[in-house]
Amino acid sequence: MEREKVIEVKELTKKYGDFYATNAITFDVYKGEIFGFLGANGAGKTTAMRMLCGLSKPSSGQATVAGFDVFHNPDDIKRNIGYMSQKFSLYEDLTVKENIRFYSGIYGLSSKQIIEKTTSLLSKLHLEEEKNTLVKSLPLGWKQKLAFSIAIVHNPAIVFLDEPTGGVDPITRREFWEMIYEASARGTTIFVTTHYMDEAEYCNRVSIMVDGCIEALDTPINLKKQFNAKTMDDVFLMLARKAKRQAD
Amino acid sequence: MIAVQAQNITKKFLQNKSEVIALNDISFDVNPGELFGVIGPDGAGKTTLFRILTSLILADSGLAKVDGFDVVTQYKDIRKRVGYMPGRFSLYQDLTVEENLNFFATIFNTSIAENYELIKDIYEQIAPFKDRRAGQLSGGMKQKLALSCALIHRPSVLFLDEPTTGVDAVSRKEFWDMLKRLKTQGITILVSTPYMDEASLCDRIALMQKGKLLGIDTPDEILNQFDNKLWAIKATDMYSLLLALRNDPTINHAYPFGEYHHVIANDENGLKLLANKFNAELKIVQPDIEDCFIALMQDETLSA
Amino acid sequence: MKQFLVFVRKEWSHIWRDPKTLFILFGMPIVQITIFGFALTNEVKNAQIAIVDPSKDVSTTALINRIEASRYFEVKDYVTSYNEIEEKFKEGKIKIAIVLPQDFNATLAHTNTAQIQIIADASDPNTATVLTNYASAIIQDWQTDLNKKKKLPYTITSELRMLYNPELKGAFNFVPGVMAMVLMLVSTLMTSIAIVREKELGMMEVLLVSPLKPIIIILAKTIPYLLLSLVNIISILLLSVFALELPIAGSLPLLIGLSLLFTITSLSLGLLISSVTNSQQVAMLISLMGLFLPTLMLSGFMFPIENMPLPLRILSNAVPAKWYYFIVKAVMIKGLGLKAIWKETSILIGMTVFLLVVSIKKYNVRLS
Repeated sequence: MEREKVIEVKELTKKYGDFYATNAITFDVYKGEIFGFLGANGAGKTTAMRMLCGLSKPSSGQATVAGFDVFHNPDDIKRNIGYMSQKFSLYEDLTVKENIRFYSGIYGLSSKQIIEKTTSLLSKLHLEEEKNTLVKSLPLGWKQKLAFSIAIVHNPAIVFLDEPTGGVDPITRREFWEMIYEASARGTTIFVTTHYMDEAEYCNRVSIMVDGCIEALDTPINLKKQFNAKTMDDVFLMLARKAKRQAD
Repeated sequence: MIAVQAQNITKKFLQNKSEVIALNDISFDVNPGELFGVIGPDGAGKTTLFRILTSLILADSGLAKVDGFDVVTQYKDIRKRVGYMPGRFSLYQDLTVEENLNFFATIFNTSIAENYELIKDIYEQIAPFKDRRAGQLSGGMKQKLALSCALIHRPSVLFLDEPTTGVDAVSRKEFWDMLKRLKTQGITILVSTPYMDEASLCDRIALMQKGKLLGIDTPDEILNQFDNKLWAIKATDMYSLLLALRNDPTINHAYPFGEYHHVIANDENGLKLLANKFNAELKIVQPDIEDCFIALMQDETLSA
Repeated sequence: MKQFLVFVRKEWSHIWRDPKTLFILFGMPIVQITIFGFALTNEVKNAQIAIVDPSKDVSTTALINRIEASRYFEVKDYVTSYNEIEEKFKEGKIKIAIVLPQDFNATLAHTNTAQIQIIADASDPNTATVLTNYASAIIQDWQTDLNKKKKLPYTITSELRMLYNPELKGAFNFVPGVMAMVLMLVSTLMTSIAIVREKELGMMEVLLVSPLKPIIIILAKTIPYLLLSLVNIISILLLSVFALELPIAGSLPLLIGLSLLFTITSLSLGLLISSVTNSQQVAMLISLMGLFLPTLMLSGFMFPIENMPLPLRILSNAVPAKWYYFIVKAVMIKGLGLKAIWKETSILIGMTVFLLVVSIKKYNVRLS
């Protein structure tokens, strides 16, 4: 049975003058996969993600996300994906409840759905007591989990996560990944970048970018065999050390 | 003489009309020449602790001394002799590499030449870029420059607050190699980091979480204190396996840990049955600092 | 000393390497002077005027010639009928019209009286008043000349003399005001931002954990802006003298010296602001909204203080720019010396000392 592709990328390139931020990268992501998108800072990860989210126009190549073309239908893409980054996800000076309501509204949920979602989210995250607390008062781990839940409040086909677990304590990090597992089990495709190599192990497949190109793309097990490495950390270091381009 | 001494340090902040305890009765000592790691996630209190030790903020109660000088009454002496690298690279973005280094050397009443031997290994890697503006350097190079600037006056104690956060894995490794080489110079180094794997590179570590000290010892000792048998289990469907482990009453604790799940079981048989059911690989493993941290965090939550 | 010099050098680098800073420091003063000096003026020149002249005789022609000759009016239309001018007003083509009666000359000769109507577009009452005054003055002048030929006893005429500024050039008012504004802007705003920027970038932490004495940081941050303000003062003066034709009546060294005094006052204000906030945006807001704007209103530059209600008049005494504005006008335009303005100067010195002491005391040796 052919697995359904939700992201198809062919020779996707972004250049600034003579500089190739991403150089003809090609890969596919299947529905329900947890796809790890790794690379050092400056390798081109962020550029690639922005193109896939419809935030930046590629210089050449092709890509479709959730069935929509990144060149011609970036707005449709935005409507059908979820996005969460470490730097920004929630409004710090709004309460938990207000954030849920706001984003649900933006993602086009009906009033009835918004009420339902608010109740269910608060209960699932055990945040009922904190529903009227300003987000900035929440510990980082809770914020991250809330941000993730909100990013998928409209049940998108794909959710893009940009280093979502930076600086968080080990237990919360794992709780976060369990939420990712759960979403993936429900059929949501997860496209995640991370600096934690142990998290690379949680992914179904991993790609590693170096100097704008994809130097490795396979399951963690196969990559370790291929590079004769014990851990993903070693795989990554081997590839990253070859990088000519200095990190950002 | 003890290089850094903290006794019953407590610090509270008022945040959004509620009181947050940033540091809760912290006490520890650091010996001269030690590479001491303060390990903990965001919100643990690492930055607050470092700021108190470098005399930047005052603790609500408790005592702290650096090189024998009191952080409250003798702060001027401390500020002459410590090196400090706060998070986010303490550099002037629009000054060049050389200008930055020269600036810091001069304000510490020394010159680049005087202590160049100390930073030679580090600075040589960025010397080719000495006329480039600091803002245009890569993360790894900024790190090296910031470290050079903090060392240029040959401090007796070096405080590095999360120097490897946000930097790529290769530079992180290189940074710790540089720190190890510095130890031979007799400089006491305190480093804070959220990365558990960096803990094993230190002489001694203090594990912190939410303002509390969870443990303080050499990495090996901390590992020894882990008093449970630790199992690692791997199957094709890791998520279902995890849910199954959670639902099993004989399983004490199960959490993902990279390639394997780590499990602490009351009764090994229950675990073995589950492993069979999932056709999983099961083995005993040695705990990692992260396992210890998780265990200590849980003890803390239970006793709270 | 070396510490101080290396710090000053660093501050210079920050200033010169940031285009935004350079624009505020140099562009703004020039822009302000140019705008205020040339473009904005509440004099009216070349107002469009229409004249209704049904008789077209010797007298009307003489009067019309006078009007045309003045630089205030540009005669757009000569119409013969009254109704035509209403259209022109509606279309906004003219701002004022003078209606001369039928047989003007004849009436004047036989009855020694005549009526002239002046109609002005009062949708802008200020301009209308000014224009009607101009028009009346011209007509009055002409009448006086006429009367010289006849004999009229006991006429009282008033003679006007505008002291210090006979041509009533607007620039005389604006240049001192702009000097005060520019110095405040550059010194207060830029100093406060320069210090707060260190805090915002996290560099202040690093600077504090060093042997640097706070006074060195303060001096090194303010002295570059002191020098730059000096450059600004001189360029404004050069512009006023050569481009706006505004002469400096009094002593130039005195003027520059007192301007430097006011610069130090503004720098201290900048220091004070920097000690109450850690955010550049807030520092900017306080400098602009909290200081610059009230200064603009209460210094006497835009609006006469004498016209303000008592509480505001009292409040304006606390505004340093008010005293400086007075001093500049006295020295630059009236040509007075220190003896005449010693009171205002002492007040300014007192304010400066007070602000310096307070801001240095408030300087924090630790992170708040």
